[in-house]
Amino acid sequence: MKDRMNKCSNWLLERFPISDLWNEHMAHYYAPKNFNIWYFFGSLALFVLVNQFITGILLTMNYKPDAKLAFDSVEYIMRDVNWGWLVRYMHSTGASAFFIVVYLHMFRGLVYGSFKQPRELIWIFGMLIFVCLMAEAFMGYLLPWGQMSYWGAQVIISLFSAIPVVGDELSLWIRGDYVVSDATLNRFFAFHVIAVPLVLLILVFLHIVALHEVGSNNPDGIEIKKSLNWKGHPIDGIPFHPYYTVKDLVGVGVFMFFFAVVIFYMPEMGGFFLEHANFIPADPLKTPEHIAPVWYFTPFYAILRAVPDKFAGVIAMGGAIVVLFMLPWLDRSPVKSIRYRGGIFKKAVLLFVIAFIGLGYLGTQPATPGATTLARVLTAVYFGFFLLMPLYTRWEKTKPVPERLTEHPTLEERIPQLKALVDEIVAVETAPGPMGATIVKRRPNYAGIQAVLIRFAKNLKKSLD
Amino acid sequence: MKKILYTLLFLLPLSVSASGGIKLESADIDLSDSASLERGAHHYVTYCLGCHSAKHIRYKRIAMDLKLDEAEILKNVAPLGAGIYDQMHSAMNGHDAEKWFGTTPPDLSLIARSRGADWLYSYLKGFYSEPGKPTGVNNAVFKDVAMPNVFWQQQGTQEAVIKTVGGQEVITELKLVEAGQLSAKEFDRMVNDLVNFLVYVGEPVQLERQQMGKYVLFFILMFIVLAYLLKKEYWKDVH
Repeated sequence: MKDRMNKCSNWLLERFPISDLWNEHMAHYYAPKNFNIWYFFGSLALFVLVNQFITGILLTMNYKPDAKLAFDSVEYIMRDVNWGWLVRYMHSTGASAFFIVVYLHMFRGLVYGSFKQPRELIWIFGMLIFVCLMAEAFMGYLLPWGQMSYWGAQVIISLFSAIPVVGDELSLWIRGDYVVSDATLNRFFAFHVIAVPLVLLILVFLHIVALHEVGSNNPDGIEIKKSLNWKGHPIDGIPFHPYYTVKDLVGVGVFMFFFAVVIFYMPEMGGFFLEHANFIPADPLKTPEHIAPVWYFTPFYAILRAVPDKFAGVIAMGGAIVVLFMLPWLDRSPVKSIRYRGGIFKKAVLLFVIAFIGLGYLGTQPATPGATTLARVLTAVYFGFFLLMPLYTRWEKTKPVPERLTEHPTLEERIPQLKALVDEIVAVETAPGPMGATIVKRRPNYAGIQAVLIRFAKNLKKSLD
Repeated sequence: MKKILYTLLFLLPLSVSASGGIKLESADIDLSDSASLERGAHHYVTYCLGCHSAKHIRYKRIAMDLKLDEAEILKNVAPLGAGIYDQMHSAMNGHDAEKWFGTTPPDLSLIARSRGADWLYSYLKGFYSEPGKPTGVNNAVFKDVAMPNVFWQQQGTQEAVIKTVGGQEVITELKLVEAGQLSAKEFDRMVNDLVNFLVYVGEPVQLERQQMGKYVLFFILMFIVLAYLLKKEYWKDVH
């Protein structure tokens, strides 16, 4: 029996390089051993992608891409299909989770310099994935055929009509009708279910192949391939499998916990993941008072609205994504990781984060004059971060980069520290109680809290230098 | 710089007060209260179904979720002639509705999800007499709505107390001027039951979903513990 099994596996191995592939990408792929919490989001993005594929396939089995039936078919899935509600919530929550995970993944790349030489192409592939993901999310959002689906699509497609000369013809061609209609729904369904996912899959493949060619970056921004041992393996590297497969399993578990909390207790996420107005069927004759895209598009939507001219606004919105592509060539610093960068870059990143979150918030709100002024300032900060980068990254004084990876306390090692912190901010009083027992009273220690806050502010200030 | 700060300061309160009008009252939603849901279903069929369908729910589903007998629900809740597998369809056709109200009354299956329970509760209690209107009433929550006050017998007649704030007429409260068949407390309960039912109809599975959630979370927590122990074991020799 065993002999026959061997024969079978040999038959396969002689014809397909399955063990070579496994070794190259898993068992003998050396990754830096100092990955921190930020490095979970790559594998999590892959996990969410699989979730979207499986739940998406299940949804298409009962969904009807027809303007007359679409809305009702979604409610049919929610009510009459066995476990349909779970599949639908996994898909709708998965869409938002995808963007959370991908934004954090991109931010990791930004602060640790993972986009810099020699990983420019990985960044470019990643950005293409991001653009595809936005197209996928936008087209998928039309499918439930609610008021926000309909009017959101109407607004975004009408942006193309701002392009001079060909604009009107182009938007007509995209919609296949003079307004968003059944024709639009059908083609968006085709793109959402077949075309874009295929491209997405190919891009993810390219992203990973490119990554495994040059090797992973790390929080220190050091090339581990520069110090090899006698076997020719990086001294600071560990095989991806089993070390990072088991570690990422913990990450997947923690992610699933939060994911399940949303699915089972707050699937609408207060109107951020599923907008309230989208529970009203699409009505081409009734424009909602306030059209807001889903949260993951709001930073770009705020940039669009911040520019007074429509066409210029479209250019600005597109530009906000194009500058991200150029990041590897905008950054002139010789140092990769934020740990060894100068203060200017750190402050710039802080401003950028404030601008991005601020724009995201403003994009959900009606455009009052005050909000528009603020959105303009934040748009300037957003673009300033990228366009001034060639200047300020050249000026800044970087710190010396070590030869080998440095040790930082892990999450588990910080637990005693955390306990000490809790002791500092909690005042404990003991008083003798009845029958020889002691009553322990805990209340906030204001002096302690003040000291902790001051220390935190000082540390923050120091870390920005 | 100062200007930006002021903008920031004033932005938040502005966006909140922009809606204006009367403050929403909060509905007391309890989906585990089957008796309230059954009363709500009964009210829905009596007062709403004439014009508003709730086509995404079947009588069978209500019977199953409220643990009611099928015969019982057909007798007590469903309109005469409805079958157990029927959806809650309205008897009024769209063409007539258009002629009578100028608009088709919307299907209410998902109204609680798009408007929220508190809005519905306040809206249903928000009708006040305004003789100039075709229906004789207006609504403090939904101005100039085409719907008449279907609870006029139970609620009685309300009048609006209007104050002029900054050149604009604002309704500050509604006052009962003529008592109805029900006391204020009984009427509140009736509306609350109805809203409770609408919240249930918006997503019939929600109670089950929340109950299931704790088992799922417990399972995932166990998984995290195992995965963490596995990781620790493998990473022992990494320094």
